[in-house]
Amino acid sequence: MTNEQKAELTRTWADPPGLWGFLTTVDHKRIAARYICSTIALLFLAGMLALDMRLQLSQPGMQRMDPQEYNEAFSLHGSTMLFLVSVPVMEAMALWLVPLMLGQRNVAFPRLSAFSYWLYLGGVLMLWVPHALNITPDLGWFEYPPLSGPAYSPGHRADIWAQMITFTEVAALAASVNIVATILKMRPPGMTLARMPLFLWAMLIASLMTILALPSVMLVTSMLISDRLVATHFFAPAGGGDVLLFQHLFWFFGHPEVYIIFVPAIGFVSAIVEVFARRPMFGYRAMVLSMVAIGVLAFGLWVHHMFAVGLPRIGNAFYTAASMAIAFPAGIQIFCWIATLWSGRPRFDTPLLWIVAFLVTFVVGGLSGVMAAAAPLDLQLTDTYFIVAHFHYVLVGGAMFPLFGAFCFWYPKATGRLMSEAWGKLAFWLIAGGFNLGFFPMHLLGLMGMPRRVYTYPAELGWGTLNLVATIGSAIAVLGGVVFVVNALVSLRRGKPAGPDPWGGATLEWAAPSPPPQHNFDWMPVETSLAPMWDAKDGLAVMEGLATGSREVLVTSLVEAEPEYRQHSVGPSIWPLVSGLAVSALFVGSIFTPWALVWGALPVGAALTLWFWPTRPRATAGPFARRSG
Amino acid sequence: MVRPDPMKWRVLLPAFAVTSCSGAQTPLDPVGDQASQLFSLLTLMLWVCGIAYALVLAFLGWTLWRARHVLERDPPEVAPEDRRLNHGLRIWAGLVAVGLIILAGGSYVVDWALSRAEREAALEVRVTGHQWWWRIEYRDPATHQWIETANELHLPQGRTALVLLGSADVIHSFWVPNVAGKMDMVPGRINQVALTPRRLGWFRGQCAEFCGSQHAHMAFDVYVDSPAQFAAWLTAQRQPATAATDPVLARGAQVVTQGPCAACHRLRGTPATGRAGPDITHLASRHALAAGTLPLTRGAIQGWIAQPKALKPGTMMPAIPLSAADADAVSRYLVTLK
Repeated sequence: MTNEQKAELTRTWADPPGLWGFLTTVDHKRIAARYICSTIALLFLAGMLALDMRLQLSQPGMQRMDPQEYNEAFSLHGSTMLFLVSVPVMEAMALWLVPLMLGQRNVAFPRLSAFSYWLYLGGVLMLWVPHALNITPDLGWFEYPPLSGPAYSPGHRADIWAQMITFTEVAALAASVNIVATILKMRPPGMTLARMPLFLWAMLIASLMTILALPSVMLVTSMLISDRLVATHFFAPAGGGDVLLFQHLFWFFGHPEVYIIFVPAIGFVSAIVEVFARRPMFGYRAMVLSMVAIGVLAFGLWVHHMFAVGLPRIGNAFYTAASMAIAFPAGIQIFCWIATLWSGRPRFDTPLLWIVAFLVTFVVGGLSGVMAAAAPLDLQLTDTYFIVAHFHYVLVGGAMFPLFGAFCFWYPKATGRLMSEAWGKLAFWLIAGGFNLGFFPMHLLGLMGMPRRVYTYPAELGWGTLNLVATIGSAIAVLGGVVFVVNALVSLRRGKPAGPDPWGGATLEWAAPSPPPQHNFDWMPVETSLAPMWDAKDGLAVMEGLATGSREVLVTSLVEAEPEYRQHSVGPSIWPLVSGLAVSALFVGSIFTPWALVWGALPVGAALTLWFWPTRPRATAGPFARRSG
Repeated sequence: MVRPDPMKWRVLLPAFAVTSCSGAQTPLDPVGDQASQLFSLLTLMLWVCGIAYALVLAFLGWTLWRARHVLERDPPEVAPEDRRLNHGLRIWAGLVAVGLIILAGGSYVVDWALSRAEREAALEVRVTGHQWWWRIEYRDPATHQWIETANELHLPQGRTALVLLGSADVIHSFWVPNVAGKMDMVPGRINQVALTPRRLGWFRGQCAEFCGSQHAHMAFDVYVDSPAQFAAWLTAQRQPATAATDPVLARGAQVVTQGPCAACHRLRGTPATGRAGPDITHLASRHALAAGTLPLTRGAIQGWIAQPKALKPGTMMPAIPLSAADADAVSRYLVTLK
């Protein structure tokens, strides 16, 4: 490629300068970086809420928070962590990494990813602006009716929660569709399904799960809003409704959601283990099959959140079996990761330390999950601090630790500089140690009878000491989080220059410069193995033929990844933002009046029409040709 | 059938160091058949899961040790054959499967035992959740009428009581961990849970499903009585409220039964027939006030009537402004309602 061609390629893929470029960009890296920075900011805010709650619980009978403040704090903490941090950050990592790992210049639907971020931002504002105005949702991260119904929750707190979910779920669906289409149709020539890195398998499965699970929660929150807004009786027993319907629909989403968060973490762990063990993952096929098994089983065990609601015993027994069965593929994966490290030549840099911490903590969460999966035993465990400990071990140990590892691992790729190892290790020990000190005692508190979601407790029950330990541990973990973020910010300027491949990576993203240019790669790589960077001793095989003067990407076949055609990739556009604003207006309006659905649809329709307005000139020959004369 | 002795397993749980004290609220000190069975299941789980965790840590520890002490000195050129690891994977998969089958089997055995107890129930009790207190009704074995009380459950030792659970407003959950596992109280449905306490004593129960502002202060006391004590207690609860003799008490009775209290509270045998709040016919026979929030003393009653929202923010009980003399008379009268 000549220098003129390179310059042309750079010009073709460049965003407009300044603010206009910021608002119109469709570069997957820029959008994903925004997503990731937003989730880190929210992680910090929700962490502060957690610390606030821990201080309130540190001693029996504390008066720092009244019940209303406490209920708002745990509702906002849970809703933010689940809907605005965990799920979006996984999608954001996929949005950033998938095209790079595929050797592509952008995702399949560039404008859809921009739209996804703007709607996600709408969801963030939907929850946190009302918090600033003191109309914070106060019924937890799952708002069971009738408590969330019109009779017991007047005002708009419950509506705000329900509509925040609509925002984030539309955003998540848009991101997931994009990731699925990109992985299935835009793999580089030679990357057959059987040669696809485990990270891509994980993101594909998690995205498919998102597409199948999220409609359920959007449906159920919409039903709740309609109960509240136009007096339908979906969840009103007096009107023939059923309150358990809400729980079924919510958990049909809610359980897969846990795996939607965890499966991408499987991808991070596999990618990091492979590179730092300096050998290909042991048991590639077992890993893929177990991920698929988790993806399928995850949809068959939602009732284990409802063992205490009084469903028939035979039904509970089925869900006990299904819930325990999911420990089987998870157990296989644990073995494969440790076996890879055992048989490799592991190098203990910060990313791998996070994976070791992941193994040590996640397995505790998995095993406590097996205990809670037994329907009768769950009657003693559910809604106690045992469950609080369990899901924090699974979500923090199982998903956040790999995420932090992934952040350290791909940070040099994104910024061109390495994070400080010394500060990274300090943050690691503070977070991993503080987390375990803070959350392990909660298992014991649960077994000592402490229910969740209580803003205070009497001294006679003897829960004070362990609660104090939990508070101290949480504070240490928060301190570690601050060290982590400061390290990331300082390394942006002061970090050692990384070069394209600081860790000796296996997959294609390490072939791009760090940070990658807007078009990612000058050439389209061709894959010959699972670890192309390791196996291509004399340079990667590449193919030519994509235009430099217009935005083009390569579309390949579903299974064998054979080149099919060159696809025009759309450029910057303001319409995703305008559509996002129009949809936001509709969503916000619809908690006040049902007519918002009617009148709000008009600007949405107009914005989408302009978004999809054809820009290509009409053909000059053939049946669609412009007629002259 | 020989019931497993929970004390036998206590040695396996040294970390928890549970002592059986009065007013306990923990699944680790089971006094009922149901809680004992669940405790055995918990013990089985801790053993199997503990072994699994030990195996994972051992493999990981070996890996770290090997990386430090073997590979650093003598790094192999190429990765070793995966054949041994494949072998290990198959053994590990087998172990996981066996462990899960043991646990699922244990779970089914316990579930079956729990369902059998429900069929042996000899006493019927109805408990209804309210924001934020418990309405408790006993089926009188003689007249088959319901005898109402609140926030304090009495159970006869060695007999199975079938508790029918309902809700008047939102979802609550009925939980006496020392006796049995929890069961939700779902509006529009009736759930049931069997309780077979074996040891005399005082235990604590608490709402386990978030039910709004005062979820934290929705507790109740459970007294396991000998069958004779229980029969005497039930007979006493059946009686109407005692009449006031003294003039101060009579003034108190007048304020309570004809004043604002009567709108929500019932005193059987008086004009007070309100149903929104707890039945207070035998208020002073109970040990706590406002669903476990305050001890039942005259001072607490007077404070509760004057400033309920200061003691339990969000409670449905309104503040009742009374003259000093009336407040005194009312509290003196209420503590006579044994």
